[in-house]
Amino acid sequence: MPNVITKDPATMPVIRIENVRKTYKMGDNEVHALRGVDLVAERGEMIAIMGASGSGKSTLMNMLGCLDTPTSGSYWLDGIRVDGLSRNQLADLRNQKLGFVFQGFNLLARTSALDNVELPLLYDRTGRWKDTKALAAEALRRVGLGERMDHHPSELSGGQQQRVAIARALVTQPTLLLADEPTGNLDSHMTVEIMSLFQELNDQGISIVLVTHEPDVAQYTKRIVEVRDGRIKTDHPVTDRHNAARDLRELLETEPEEDDAELVAEEAA
Amino acid sequence: MKSSVLVRIAGDSIRKNKMRTLLTMLGIVIGVGAVIIMVAVGQGAQKSIANQINALGTNLLVVTPGSSNAGGVSQGAGTFNRITVQDAEKLKSEGTLFAGVSPVVMTRTQVIAGGTNWRTLINGVSTDFQTIREWQLQSGTFFTDNDQRTMRKVAVIGNTVATNLYPGTDPVGAQLQIRNVPFTIVGVLATKGQNAGGQDQDDVVLVPYTTAQSRLAGNTRIGQVLVSALSPQDIPAAQDEVRAIMRESHRIPEGDDDDFTVRNQTEIANAAQGTTKIMTWLLASIASVSLIVGGIGIMNIMLVSVTERTREIGIRMAIGARGSDVLTQFLVESIVMSVLGGAVGLAVGVGGASVLAHFTGWSTAVPVQAVALAIGFSAAVGVFFGFYPARKAAALDPITALRYE
Repeated sequence: MPNVITKDPATMPVIRIENVRKTYKMGDNEVHALRGVDLVAERGEMIAIMGASGSGKSTLMNMLGCLDTPTSGSYWLDGIRVDGLSRNQLADLRNQKLGFVFQGFNLLARTSALDNVELPLLYDRTGRWKDTKALAAEALRRVGLGERMDHHPSELSGGQQQRVAIARALVTQPTLLLADEPTGNLDSHMTVEIMSLFQELNDQGISIVLVTHEPDVAQYTKRIVEVRDGRIKTDHPVTDRHNAARDLRELLETEPEEDDAELVAEEAA
Repeated sequence: MKSSVLVRIAGDSIRKNKMRTLLTMLGIVIGVGAVIIMVAVGQGAQKSIANQINALGTNLLVVTPGSSNAGGVSQGAGTFNRITVQDAEKLKSEGTLFAGVSPVVMTRTQVIAGGTNWRTLINGVSTDFQTIREWQLQSGTFFTDNDQRTMRKVAVIGNTVATNLYPGTDPVGAQLQIRNVPFTIVGVLATKGQNAGGQDQDDVVLVPYTTAQSRLAGNTRIGQVLVSALSPQDIPAAQDEVRAIMRESHRIPEGDDDDFTVRNQTEIANAAQGTTKIMTWLLASIASVSLIVGGIGIMNIMLVSVTERTREIGIRMAIGARGSDVLTQFLVESIVMSVLGGAVGLAVGVGGASVLAHFTGWSTAVPVQAVALAIGFSAAVGVFFGFYPARKAAALDPITALRYE
């Protein structure tokens, strides 16, 4: 593990965490959510963070997502030192470097898919995005929702809503895609569908970190990091990596009726 | 973030919650509407009082006896009556800026017609009186210069006198006893109604001042002289001319005080206007209370809305909204809502004022300043009462906000 950060951004790790600790005060008690975590993720990696609830994986995820700052230790995101940044700097960093996908989709209700996806571009302060509507439309086409841009979240299935959320995460061309239990609210079919999309995006070169407690889902990634009691317990590459696209084809062959029914239901909506 | 985008985001949010927006605006609508109606009624009252004062006769100057000064001891106003018919005649012959001059010899006495009697005001005036007061005749004619010169016993009576002494008949040509002197009625004045002081102006009998002095009052002193200037622009100059002629007539040495007073209508009007202005302000400030209540309504709904939209705020922050972006969004929302409410309230107020005018017969007027004030104030209400909820939203922790159910 190199101690000096290389100047060339292309060779810098996307994530570099050194001895990160996070302590919360709960009344008189101190809760140690993270007790010294080290982690390096290179460009193009696809990592699953696993762990039971209370293991500290959510805290780690918030830290990686620049929503929270460590009590001690250092964090570099794409070569930028994150710990010690102000609230506004963190907000700008989230906007420019990160894309979020949540378990509950977290789309704005009563707002079209297109407007939802456009939103992160509107909060940009660098002025680098010109035609925000066109960029949002392109991102929606990329996740296969080119036909449903004007639909509101309530008119979309869970899988489709998660696709909109992924499009929203992608539209700013982030360095890192963070997904917090992205398939937690989806059935097995849609789970494979979403994982297939993640694998496709990863193949296109996007670095992804996702939190999950489902081993099946973790098997679609390239590397599994297991967190327990605020420390990284195991960190190993996935040996038998599943191909979600192939699994999806198999699913369609074995249960075509169900899929048809779902398609009909989607069309009706 | 560009301000146009901010306004768009706030506008979207307002349109997507129509019911909430309407309820929020209601308080401001009522507040602004009430202020506009109250000011309109107050302004209407001011206008009608101004009209009543103008009805006394425009360009009017009133010359009344002033205080006399006996050996350095001021005797107070009216203590020594030094306005005479000669003064009035001098004003009439030497004045260059006067449309008319009329002395007024006032007596209050009982008048008798046939079997009925009536106590009324007898005014001995000149023929100019009719033009000075712009007083039309209902029937008959005004007395003539010839009547005045020859001290004929003729009278022009007011409407109240006519209806009380000669009910149902035209009194022109009838006899009227004033202090046992028989007068012939030559004309009846048109109704003028109450003056600004609430007195019935139609309860009056006009006779030539020459007749009044020789037959009724018995001396040459008169109560006041009415002078009308040629035009409103001439009033200050005419006032100076009256003073100059009067001083000359009274032989007042240079440096001594006037022993008479010249007042113009503006002064009288201002006094009356002042009273109604206070009333208008009183009404408007009572109505402003409802505007403040409306503002508190906005704050309440905005506060609830911040809680209700905690997750939305969390999402916005997660994808890169700064605290200031959220603050501005909520502030713009509240300003847009209150200004919109102010505009609707303005329409309600103007409409309400004209409906009120239609049904009550009060004249109403909506001044431009009131409109500007109402809109400005509602925007200020939006900023003031929107700031606290907006700051609360901006201070939210994104993690907590995202987890909020």
